[in-house]
Amino acid sequence: MPWDRNQMAARAAEELEDGMYVNLGIGIPTLVANYVGDKEITLQSENGMLGMGPFPYEGEEDPDLINAGKQTITELPKTAYFDSAMSFGMIRGGKIAAAILGAMEVAENGDLANWMIPGKLVKGMGGAMDLVAGVGRVIVVMDHTNKHGDSKLLKACTLPLTGTGVVDRIITNFGVLDVVEGGLKIVELAEGVTEDELRAATEATIVN
Amino acid sequence: MKKVYGSAAEALDGLLRDDMLIAAGGFGLCGIPELLIDAIVESGVKDLTIASNNCGVDGFGLGKLLDTKQIKKMMSSYVGENAEFMRQYLSGELELEFNPQGTLAERMRAGGCGIPGFYTKTGVGTQIAEGKEVKQFGGEDYILEEGIFAELSIVKAWKADTSGNCVFRKTARNFNPPAAMCGKICVMEVEEIVEPGELDPDHIHLPGIFVHRIIKGEHEKRIEKVTTRSREDA
Repeated sequence: MPWDRNQMAARAAEELEDGMYVNLGIGIPTLVANYVGDKEITLQSENGMLGMGPFPYEGEEDPDLINAGKQTITELPKTAYFDSAMSFGMIRGGKIAAAILGAMEVAENGDLANWMIPGKLVKGMGGAMDLVAGVGRVIVVMDHTNKHGDSKLLKACTLPLTGTGVVDRIITNFGVLDVVEGGLKIVELAEGVTEDELRAATEATIVN
Repeated sequence: MKKVYGSAAEALDGLLRDDMLIAAGGFGLCGIPELLIDAIVESGVKDLTIASNNCGVDGFGLGKLLDTKQIKKMMSSYVGENAEFMRQYLSGELELEFNPQGTLAERMRAGGCGIPGFYTKTGVGTQIAEGKEVKQFGGEDYILEEGIFAELSIVKAWKADTSGNCVFRKTARNFNPPAAMCGKICVMEVEEIVEPGELDPDHIHLPGIFVHRIIKGEHEKRIEKVTTRSREDA
């Protein structure tokens, strides 16, 4: 049985170390916050906040306090607020240790596509291009294949890129792979997934 | 010189013209200059280019200026929450220049600081880099992005004193300081105006030198996505 969304998020949380400043994307990456355990992780929200707290209780929503997904959130005792230029200063400046993001495609050289599908409605890249270019480590969490069963880990991306050679590690429902010289290297298999199954579901070159 | 004006329309008097570039603060519907947007709708000025991270939602925020077809071009990072935007964009009525969010913020900040261009790694090797100068620093590629010099800035703060020193509240700060800085003239709307000395000089987020006209008003502060947790989870 491949990992489900929560198992992927839990596996991604293992990537985080005590004291890290981290930016989580929307979707499965948001769930990672539920699995950090006792580690002190400070979440950055790129609209201008470090130390993002959980959702507010009903009736305690504050319109002046939202995350980058426009959701109402809360602050913590350690929270700091700042403007968008400073927010991306800390991203571009490499101060954020890691970003955990979703993706449509990842190529074996670390290219990432996650912002547009030509011919479909284009909403924009938001802060994704800045994040992948700036943070210390880019970890992609996504399903191994798309809804047609085709590999999302490719020899080369077909969609417009968010960044080139930016991805460090990929966590899918099949396992964990690193971007290394020459292709992707299997780091770990999801419980119940065989190496043959993972290889069969992967278009990208897998190196030993 | 008196900076406090009685209404948004008075504060914008003499500053609006067709075909101008306006920088607007706000992220989604958080910290947007609601009152100044309404006054621009009323003014009927058209063919505007607006630099703003988003373009409001249907019928609220900058979305109001779409409904009246006053916007010619948007410079934004994300425009996903607006059906009228997509309709005008797909029909060719509206131009759109996508900017990565941090690049947009830095273009505003740079413009406000007299910096006409800067190099960034953001967008290297992507569509965003097309037509832009690439330069190597330390063996890595960076692209040239230009500062934004707007004719007018419209922003929202929490409190300002009558000299324009101001403070923002929580994540409503977002694009407001860089947007304020990059305009030749900055008009700011606030929830409260106080006398000089009432704000701690050490706690000013944006000094009054960047703020030329101030108005006070009531804000709807609409929430885009209400998300809560139940008390049982606590």
